[in-house]
Amino acid sequence: MIPEIEELYQEVILDHSRRPRNFGELPDAAVRVHGDNPACGDEIHLAVKFDPNDGLEDIKFTGRGCAISQASASLMTMKLKGKSRAEVMEMLRAFHDLVTNDTSEAPKNLGDLRVMQGVRKFPQRVKCAMLPWRAVEQALEQGAGEATVSTEPV
Amino acid sequence: MGADYGVHRIAAAPIDWKTIREDFPILREQAHGHPLIYFDSAATSQKPRAVIEALRNFYEHENANVHRGLHTLSSRATEAYESARQRVADYIGAMSPDEIVFTRGTTESINLVAQAWGGKFIREGDVILLTVMEHHSNLVPWQLLAERTGARLRFVPVRDDGTLDLEQLSSLLTPEVKLFAFTHISNSLGTINPVAELCQKAHAIGALTLVDAAQSAGHMPVDVRELGCDFLAFSGHKMCGPTGIGVLYGRAEILDSMPPWHGGGEMIVSVTLERSMFKKAPHRFEAGTPSIGDAIGLAVAIDYIEQIGRAAIFEHDSQLARYAAERLGELPGTRVFGPTEERGALVGFMMDAAHPHDLTTFADQYGLAMRGGHHCNQPLMRRFGVSGTTRASFYFYNTMEEIDRMIEILHAAVRFFSPKEGRSPVRPSS
Repeated sequence: MIPEIEELYQEVILDHSRRPRNFGELPDAAVRVHGDNPACGDEIHLAVKFDPNDGLEDIKFTGRGCAISQASASLMTMKLKGKSRAEVMEMLRAFHDLVTNDTSEAPKNLGDLRVMQGVRKFPQRVKCAMLPWRAVEQALEQGAGEATVSTEPV
Repeated sequence: MGADYGVHRIAAAPIDWKTIREDFPILREQAHGHPLIYFDSAATSQKPRAVIEALRNFYEHENANVHRGLHTLSSRATEAYESARQRVADYIGAMSPDEIVFTRGTTESINLVAQAWGGKFIREGDVILLTVMEHHSNLVPWQLLAERTGARLRFVPVRDDGTLDLEQLSSLLTPEVKLFAFTHISNSLGTINPVAELCQKAHAIGALTLVDAAQSAGHMPVDVRELGCDFLAFSGHKMCGPTGIGVLYGRAEILDSMPPWHGGGEMIVSVTLERSMFKKAPHRFEAGTPSIGDAIGLAVAIDYIEQIGRAAIFEHDSQLARYAAERLGELPGTRVFGPTEERGALVGFMMDAAHPHDLTTFADQYGLAMRGGHHCNQPLMRRFGVSGTTRASFYFYNTMEEIDRMIEILHAAVRFFSPKEGRSPVRPSS
C-alpha cells in the first residue's frame, strides 16, 4: 500500500467521514454559514451558538462532500466546542499551517486534528480540509444571522 | 449500431493501435511510480510527436508575424497560417477558408458569436434555446447576452438515460427562438446528439444553430454541410493540437453580416483618428497577432488524425467507452451515467464507496489520471441530483488493458474506503 495515501486517509478520517460527529441542525444557533468549494462541489452548513462570554457554546454542521471536507468538519466541531474566540482563531492559523506547511511540526494544541497532517502532501485537497474552517472564521466575523463563504474568491 | 452519425467510412487497413501509442512521448511518463494511464482526454488530449515537432519547426524556421511583413519569414509564416485555415476548412467540410475564424478555443468561439452576432441580432423578448447538458462555455456567454439584451434562455430537458427529451422540442422551438445552441457530445454523459435532425428542426422555424463540437471534432467525422449547422465551435487541444488555438466555423453570409467584436491590428483596412474600416470575415474577427504557431500545429494535428481516419477513431473510442461502462457496472455500488448504446469516448460514474475527489486522488496514486467534479456542468449535475461524478475519458491511444487496470484500481478503492472489520476506532458519537 502507498504510504502517502494511507497517511491522507487515516482510519480516523475515514471513520469521521462515514459517521460525522456534531452532524445535524442547531435550532437556536446565533449564526449560520453556508460554505462551498465550487471547484469540487463540497458543501457545508455550519451553525454556531455563543455562550455569554462570546465563546463557542455549541457548533454543528450538515453538508456533503469528499471524505476530507466532511472529516475535517467533524473533527473541527469536536475540537472547537467550548473554545473562546481567540482560541478558535489561533487554531485556525495552526490548522492552516498543519495542512499547508511541509516543514512545520504539528503543534500539540491541535490534538486529534493532527491526523489531517497528510493533506499537506496533496495541495489540491487543502481547500477541502479548510472549507469548514473558512466557515467558522466567517461565523465569528459575522456574529449573527446568515452568511456564505466560498473557497474561491467571488 | 443505433442512429446514423455519418460514421460509415471503413478504414483501409487494420490499425495497430499499440504502435500509435509510440507517437505520444508523454505516454511513457510515470505517475507515483506507476505507468501513466491517461483517462482525461476530454479535458485535453495528449500531443503526438508530429505536432510537437511542427511547433518547434515553426519557431526555428518560419517564425514571424503574419499579414504585414514583406520579408521572407513573414511570407512563410503567413502562408503556413493561411494554409492551416484551408486545412481546417477541408477537415470540417466548409465551403471556403473564409468561413474559418481562428480563436483561442471553443469558449472564445462561442463568446464571439454571443457578442458579435448576438449583440447585433438579439433583442428583448427573443429566445436562445439551449439544453440542460451544456458545458458552462455554451451557457454562460448566453446568460451574459440575455442580461445585456433582455432575451430569454430556454432549455431542452435531459432524460434519465442521458439523452435529450426531444418530445419537448416542438413546444420549445417557437418563433421567438433565434438561435438553438447545443453540444454534439456531452462532456459528462457521453451522449451523442442527433445534430442534423436538431438543425433541421431549428431551421424549420427560422432559428440559426450553433454546435459545440469540442468533444466530437477530433473523435468522429464532423462535416458542417452534412450536419447543416450555421456555427460550429471546437478546440485544437482536445484533438491532438496545441492549447491556445480553436475554431469558429460560421456560414459565410452570416459571418459577413456580423460586426467585429475585438478591435485592433490585423482586422482593419484603414484607420483614421475617428473611425475604421474593417476587413471581411474571417480577418475581421482576428484582432491582434494570432496564435500563428498553434494554428499551424492544429493543421498538423488534423493531418495526423486524418491519417488514422476519424471513422476508425470513432469505432475504437466508442468500443473503449462501451467496454468501460460495462465493466464499471460490475463494480459494487456504482452508478454509470449516460446512454448505454452509443456513446462518445467517455464514461461518468459515481461510487457509493467514495466521493469523486477521494476516488481520483486514490487513483492518481496508481498512475491513473481521471477527473472528479462537476466537469463545468453544474446544472446537469443538479439535474441528476449529484454534486459531481468521476469521469474516465478516452482517445485512440488508450487500450482495453488500461480499462482492465482501471477496474482493478477501483476495486482496490472500494476495499480501501469501505469500513474495515475490527479496525474502526471506537469513539463516542457526540
